[in-house]
Amino acid sequence: MSKETFHVLTSTAVPLPIENIDTDQIIPARFLKATTREGFGDNLFRDWRFTVDNEPIQDFVLNNSRYAGAEILVAGKNFGMGSSREHAAWAIHDYGFRVVVSSFFADIFRNNALNTFVLPVQVSQPFLEALLTAVEQDPTLQIVVDLPAQTISFGEQSETFAINTYKKTCLMNGYDDIDYLLSLNAEIREFDKAHA
Amino acid sequence: MNTQPTTLFDKIWNAHVVKHAEGHPDALFIDRHFIHEVTSPQAFDGLRKRGISVFNTSRTTATADHNVPTKDQHLPIREALSRHQVDTLRRNCAEFGVELYDLGHPFQGIVHIIGPELGLSLPGMTIVCGDSHTSTHGAFGNVAFGIGTSEVEQVLATQCILQYKPKRMRINIDGTLANGVTAKDIILYIISKISASGATGYFVEYAGETIRNLSMEARMTICNMSIEMGARGGLIAPDDTTFDYIQGREFAPKGEAFDEAVAKWRSLKTDDGAMFDTELHYKAEDIQPMITYGTNPGMGIGIGQHVPLLTEIPDTERVSYTKSLAYMGLEPGMELRNKAVDYVFIGSCTNARIEDLRTVAQFVQGKQKAPGVEVWIVPGSVQVARQAQAEGLTDVFASAGFELREPGCSACLGMNEDKIPAGKYCISTSNRNFEGRQGPGARTFLASPIMAAAAAVSGRVMDVRELL
Repeated sequence: MSKETFHVLTSTAVPLPIENIDTDQIIPARFLKATTREGFGDNLFRDWRFTVDNEPIQDFVLNNSRYAGAEILVAGKNFGMGSSREHAAWAIHDYGFRVVVSSFFADIFRNNALNTFVLPVQVSQPFLEALLTAVEQDPTLQIVVDLPAQTISFGEQSETFAINTYKKTCLMNGYDDIDYLLSLNAEIREFDKAHA
Repeated sequence: MNTQPTTLFDKIWNAHVVKHAEGHPDALFIDRHFIHEVTSPQAFDGLRKRGISVFNTSRTTATADHNVPTKDQHLPIREALSRHQVDTLRRNCAEFGVELYDLGHPFQGIVHIIGPELGLSLPGMTIVCGDSHTSTHGAFGNVAFGIGTSEVEQVLATQCILQYKPKRMRINIDGTLANGVTAKDIILYIISKISASGATGYFVEYAGETIRNLSMEARMTICNMSIEMGARGGLIAPDDTTFDYIQGREFAPKGEAFDEAVAKWRSLKTDDGAMFDTELHYKAEDIQPMITYGTNPGMGIGIGQHVPLLTEIPDTERVSYTKSLAYMGLEPGMELRNKAVDYVFIGSCTNARIEDLRTVAQFVQGKQKAPGVEVWIVPGSVQVARQAQAEGLTDVFASAGFELREPGCSACLGMNEDKIPAGKYCISTSNRNFEGRQGPGARTFLASPIMAAAAAVSGRVMDVRELL
């Protein structure tokens, strides 16, 4: 089933230099009651963005207009730990991010992000720190994420990142896993019968 | 024939690969799929959009647990969005022919509690669910892991999932646990040692004498929290304890079929000499009753220890550490012993099985909850609730002033009304102490059921060893 695709993204970025950001922070459980995939962006980082009275918390970076419109989120290591809720990836996507950069990702979040066409870009800790500093100093800094070349660059700095070939192909062509698995239907039927 | 020594994890995984290609994720066949109301609606929508049915409905079981009230479950759900979500599950299960253990059904309960208690989760299987605590089922010697909604859709549509094989880790625990130290303390201890991301990228096998001596329910508590150190899942090789637990369960093989199954299950173990990417060893004697002080499950200490000083935290982690303690309203270097608590939550897929309730009841028998403390006991399933009633535990809780609720995930994740108010301290038998996990601003201390019971009667965090 064709969805969007991902090739090269040039965008500004939002710095979020916090480690171990769990999916409960990305989208708190009380906002998981929807039965569609849309609209979760409104509650992205809800309890860091808004007070209990729904007033924007001014010093939270997503409320800083200088970072408005950025399509890249740069976060501390071990991003996306905890609950398997894909709603976290949907919220990030729905808010407008297409890339999350961190020095380490939790396994389930990484899969969910890829299935949501959000590209997790894992970089070295020094590169992450340099990027965070650069983005904090200059919110207009343009960052280039090149999926075909598997590079992320800003200013004079560049680093390659890993992604498995299969997922890279999916993202570049708009394929998803079900397209592939449906093509194995006969083999799966046989396996199912043999393991009844 | 491959005669190389193989890990239990590899044996099960390899036996379920429908298609393997170099550099490509494996198409892994899934024996058992559990679904619930929160992470399934968009997956069913996906099936409708593609115009396909559920691949094999006999391999999928549904229940309502995350978003259900724990009071008056016989009445329509009051909160509109929650009602809509549960109604959507009902409609989807009816339309696609999936068995649903709905509110009011004798098999309803937290998905990771009902799978094992119904004999649906068996050794050697592959099991998935759109919930990260699916690792619980690994206690039976199977490969069980949590997945996202796109993957739920994959499994509904094809009974397969595309996955790269994780690395293998074995964690060995040997020795004898001290009185008052339980399975919950073992797993909180391990996570405190290797951190909340220490097993990311791995599938963990728990082994050693201490694990072998645990009951099935205790083993489930350990496997349940594998995800809290980042692991894809955790498993324990099945043995007679496992087979005894399974025998006679509703959907377990019966009679000759059971004997044949057991004969097969006995081969489910890691071969001598099999290689793990990482292997760790701990001593049971080193483990104290544990409690967390921070905002991830790796931030735990023995009850006799103090909250780490800033100087004990690596430079790069001090900002996050300070933020975490500020949220918790705690100071570096302090002890948690005698810290006052406002709420006690005994429940969740980690610790809401009948043994957990028995442990609590035995401790509180003849005692009263401390004034000013609210104590909620939320059984993991209707079967657990009925068993507690039959054994008289319900009366013990009532006499102690504990509030016994109806089954569901409840205050573990605060999706329904069961939330801890902002700023309040809750000692909780659940699995996550993330910011706002139990409600916006709620402050969570994770601990074992007996530690929670001790806090309930004293109103403070106690070293339960001094009370036994």
